[in-house]
Amino acid sequence: MATAPVNRNAGRNRWFAQVGWRHLVGVLGVVFSLFPILFVFSAALNPLGTLSSTELVPTDGVSFGNFGELFERTAFERWFLNSLLIAGLASFISVFLSALAAYAFSRMRFRGRRVGLLSLLLIQMFPQFLAIVAIFLIFGTITELWPEIGFNTPWGLMLLYLGGALGVNTWLMKGFFDTLPRELDESATMDGATHAQVFFRIMLPLVAPILAVTGLLAFISTINEFLMANVFLTDSESKTLAVGMYGMLQGNERNNNFGIFAAATLLTAIPTVLVFQALQRYIVSGLTAGAVKG
Amino acid sequence: MTTSLSGPGSASQAPGREPTGSRPARKRRTARNDAPITLTGLAVKVILLGLTAGIAVWAAFPLVEGEKWAGLALLAATTAGLFYLYLTPRHIPAKYLVPGTLFLIAFQVLPVLYTASTAFTNFGDGHRGDKDDAIVAIQTASVKQVPGSAEYALSVATKGDPATGPLVFLVSDPATGTVSAGDAGGLTRLDAADVTVAPGGKVTAAEGYTILNFGQAGARSQEITDLVVPTDAGALRSSGLSRAYEGRAVRAYDQGCDCIRDSETGKTWTADEAVGSFVAADGERLAQGWKVNVGLSNFTRVITDGNISGPFFGTLIWNFAFAIGSTGGTFLLGMFIALALHSPRMRYTNLYRVLLILPYAMPSFAMLLVWRDMFNTDFGLVNNLFGLGVNWFGGEWTARFAVILVQLWLGYPYMFLVATGALQAIPRELTEATSVDGASPWQSFRAVTLPLLLVALSPLLIASFAYNFNNFNAIYLTTEGAPFPADNPTNGATDLLITYTYRLAFGGQGAEFGFAAAISLFIFTIVAVVSAVSFRRTRKQEEVYS
Repeated sequence: MATAPVNRNAGRNRWFAQVGWRHLVGVLGVVFSLFPILFVFSAALNPLGTLSSTELVPTDGVSFGNFGELFERTAFERWFLNSLLIAGLASFISVFLSALAAYAFSRMRFRGRRVGLLSLLLIQMFPQFLAIVAIFLIFGTITELWPEIGFNTPWGLMLLYLGGALGVNTWLMKGFFDTLPRELDESATMDGATHAQVFFRIMLPLVAPILAVTGLLAFISTINEFLMANVFLTDSESKTLAVGMYGMLQGNERNNNFGIFAAATLLTAIPTVLVFQALQRYIVSGLTAGAVKG
Repeated sequence: MTTSLSGPGSASQAPGREPTGSRPARKRRTARNDAPITLTGLAVKVILLGLTAGIAVWAAFPLVEGEKWAGLALLAATTAGLFYLYLTPRHIPAKYLVPGTLFLIAFQVLPVLYTASTAFTNFGDGHRGDKDDAIVAIQTASVKQVPGSAEYALSVATKGDPATGPLVFLVSDPATGTVSAGDAGGLTRLDAADVTVAPGGKVTAAEGYTILNFGQAGARSQEITDLVVPTDAGALRSSGLSRAYEGRAVRAYDQGCDCIRDSETGKTWTADEAVGSFVAADGERLAQGWKVNVGLSNFTRVITDGNISGPFFGTLIWNFAFAIGSTGGTFLLGMFIALALHSPRMRYTNLYRVLLILPYAMPSFAMLLVWRDMFNTDFGLVNNLFGLGVNWFGGEWTARFAVILVQLWLGYPYMFLVATGALQAIPRELTEATSVDGASPWQSFRAVTLPLLLVALSPLLIASFAYNFNNFNAIYLTTEGAPFPADNPTNGATDLLITYTYRLAFGGQGAEFGFAAAISLFIFTIVAVVSAVSFRRTRKQEEVYS
């Protein structure tokens, strides 16, 4: 055994101990992350479009037939627009509402503040859909009185989602607000700014990262919400993506519809990925800075 | 609903705020009127309060029409309260808290309270209305045609769409010629001027009603057969599509003995207020009961009824295992990868990061369904790829392993993202200092990095635990609770309490809303206690209420 290879081996070993294993972990993680997504891609491009014919890598050729069929056979574009409308508006409004509340909790001192914060946390532990029977009965009355915001309307479902606007988001935001130095808004107040001006002109721009994060979380969870939407929306025209696509895989159609389901999954991921890319630079800093202070 | 964006509200904040040099005064303020009123603020306030008033008026009309005075009073009070709040310079915190709180009360607190009150009742299938409803239902269900029953000419009509609108029977009394409209609520007499009656007594037109033609009526014949119109002497039922008879109830309520008596068999069912049913001496219950307060029996049932408590505690243990497994697993994996990529000598970290978090951006409801199919025994990817023939969702432990693996895939990118952020916030000097002191990387991780990470992430871990404890989609969209033991089709091996509750409330064999609500309260208590305890522990490390 010559000395040179040993040295080279030793160098390689050191490289592996310091950097190489990190790449190995990263690559394994990426493989784990990607293989189900690759499977979905493969199913979406599979010309046969059944589950039993789908492989991890498309070998039977590539076709976009599943996408065409998706739009032909289902009301996908309606579901897509419904979901975008509901998730977009609901997350925007809920972020705004919880930002208002977080500002009050972070910057003002008033009676009931501590109780308010604690009860927010407590109420949030009761998942809204455990109360689905009660919600169903309440909305039965609402549908009778105001059909415009009753069952089968996006507005009613949106109002329902806004019931959870205050809660964990408010806590996350309050934590972030707390990290901003008080001197900022105090000096603005000294300069004659109203509390509303302090909120809109000074605080909101500074807390953009946490707004982005909570907005993204709200958007993702609203798009994925299935149970309440399923109870709420029964017309084919008013369904959201989760409800509509769940129906695609029901019963005997499960194997046959797999291709168009995969195509729909890819299209559904587009808005989230776009929002993700747009907000990415805020996300890491926003999540952790908010988390540090609870 | 609305928010005032600006207002003369800062009177209580800081005295003596003359405009300083950097900020020119928009207008002169007198000492008395020292709260600044900006033009935009005023405009926005006027617009939003106008909108509030508009919505209130719009909402008021149906309430007036339906004569719901309590609702109207509530609406008026809420609107007045909002106007007061945003027009007065006082109560500044409330201005920021009220908008979200209104939604919280209407769509979260009220349903929760309603659910809590349901937990003390026997509300469910067969126990929906009050006692009078139950008596009417029992009597009308037993209506039979007896010799001498009056016969009427029948026209089936609706007030809405012929294919879907609620059905109404239009009948004319052969003796008097008066025309009545009947539905499940009873008969109402119609004005003779509004109806056209053909010879033979059949109603051919009636104002406000659409009479179904033969084809339309034929398509809904089952509904027509099922419609029973209670009358004084018994009830009206259809016989065919153009005749109706007034039959007599075989089972009738007797006020004297507070019981239902069957006139054919002579059997009696006595009202039992404790269970909300009519019960015969031999223990037989009539299907139609009423809603009564059953006290704590829904709660004690969980503990004392052997058929329920066994599976319930099994589910409870698995529920904890699932929540801890998913939260802990995602945290460990996410943190491990974040640590691996966290090195100044690492290149391409951004590329790794983008690819690693892709599962988080995929729609989780769809990916859960995809995973379900990847675990398919015959042509699922997992079995194909590894050449296995495992019936994943058929075995207790394989199914449990599978759902946790799916949660790991869905959840670890989030933990990775968060851990990356937290690692960047930890100063490098700290770990460098420990390595100068001679600590191994593992020791410095244990002593410095991990505790700091945990401080930063514990609130998120608690939230994640609470979320996973009730992760309905994770189970419902993959295994639906399967596999089920042969003797108990309501409680499967992967069932969480929440999917179990859902099946109780909406499952195939009769809804039990009251019992489901009681279990909801159990779940709530468990999650609340676990979270409260963990928050108390983390609060020792930092001041949350600062």
